[in-house]
Amino acid sequence: MSRLQAGLFGAWEFIVGDDWRVALGVVTAISLTALVATSTVAAWWVLPVGVVALLADSLRRAARQARRH
Amino acid sequence: MSGPELGLAVSVFAACAVEAVEALTIVLAVGTTRSWSSALSGAGAATVVLAGVVVGLGPALTSLPIDVLRAGVGGLLLVFGLQWLRKAILRASGLKAFHDETAAFAEETEAARAAARAAAGFDAYSFTIAFKGVLLEGLEVAFIVLTFGANQHRIPLAAIAAGVAIAVVAAAGVAVRAPLARVPENAMKFAVGVMLTSFGTFWGAEGAGASWPGADAALLVIVPVLLAISLTFVALIRRGALSAAAQAPVTAGGGA
Repeated sequence: MSRLQAGLFGAWEFIVGDDWRVALGVVTAISLTALVATSTVAAWWVLPVGVVALLADSLRRAARQARRH
Repeated sequence: MSGPELGLAVSVFAACAVEAVEALTIVLAVGTTRSWSSALSGAGAATVVLAGVVVGLGPALTSLPIDVLRAGVGGLLLVFGLQWLRKAILRASGLKAFHDETAAFAEETEAARAAARAAAGFDAYSFTIAFKGVLLEGLEVAFIVLTFGANQHRIPLAAIAAGVAIAVVAAAGVAVRAPLARVPENAMKFAVGVMLTSFGTFWGAEGAGASWPGADAALLVIVPVLLAISLTFVALIRRGALSAAAQAPVTAGGGA
C-alpha cells in the first residue's frame, strides 16, 4: 500500500469510521432538511428523526452481528 | 457562560479526558518499561502537532460562511457522535467489551519489553509509540475542539477545556503512577456521544436552513430526549429486541 493510499484509508477510517452507512445517512438527512427548508413546511424535525433512525439501524446491525459471533 | 458555551466546555472536557486516559496508559507503559524521557518527548511532540492542527485550521474554519460552517460541522459532529454513541450503547448493553485500561497497559508493557532495545540514550521505540498513541487519541479531540469552537467562535474556550482535561488526567497519572482504570470511561463516552450528536443535530439542521422552535433553548430538549432514546436502546438490546427485529426479515428470507 502506497503512502497516498494509506493516507486516504486513514482519513476514511477517521471520518467515516466503521459504519459508512451512518456517514452516508447523515449527509442524506442534512440534504433532505435543506430541501424541506426551501418549502413552506417546518424542517427542524427532519434531522432528529433521521438521526434516531440511523442510530437504530446501526445498532440493529451491530447487535445482530454481535449475537452471531 | 451561556448554555451552548457550557455544553461546549463540558463536551470538550469529557471527550478530551477520556482520550487522555487512553493516551496516558500508552505513555505510562513505554515510560515505565523503557525510557521516560523518550516517551515524554514523543507525547510532547504529538501534543505540539495537535495544537498546530487547532491553531492552523481554526482561523480557516471560522472564516467560512456561518451556514456552510454549521452544516459541515453539524455533519461531522453527527458522524463522530453517532460512532461514540453506538459504541457506548453496545458496551452498556453488554454486546461490546469495555475498554480495560489495566489490560491495555499490560498489553503495551509486554510489547514494549519484547521490542528490541537500543544500547542507551534516546529510545526510538518509546518515542514512536508515545507519539502515535497521543496523536491518534488526540486527533479526534482536536477536531471536536475545532468544530465545537469554530461554530460558536469560541475556539480558545474549547482549547482551554481540552487543556484542563489533559492537565487533570496527567496530574492524576503522576499521582497514582498507574493506568487510570477507575475512570468511568464508558459513562463519559456515553455522555460525549449524546452531546456531540445533540449539537450536531442542532447545528446541522440550522446550517441546512431549518429554524428550531425556541432557538438555542431547543438544545435543552434535544439533549435529554436523545439521552432517553439512547437508554431505551440499551434496554431494548439487553432484552434482545433490536437483534430479534433484525433477524425477522432474514428468517422470512427477505434480508437485503
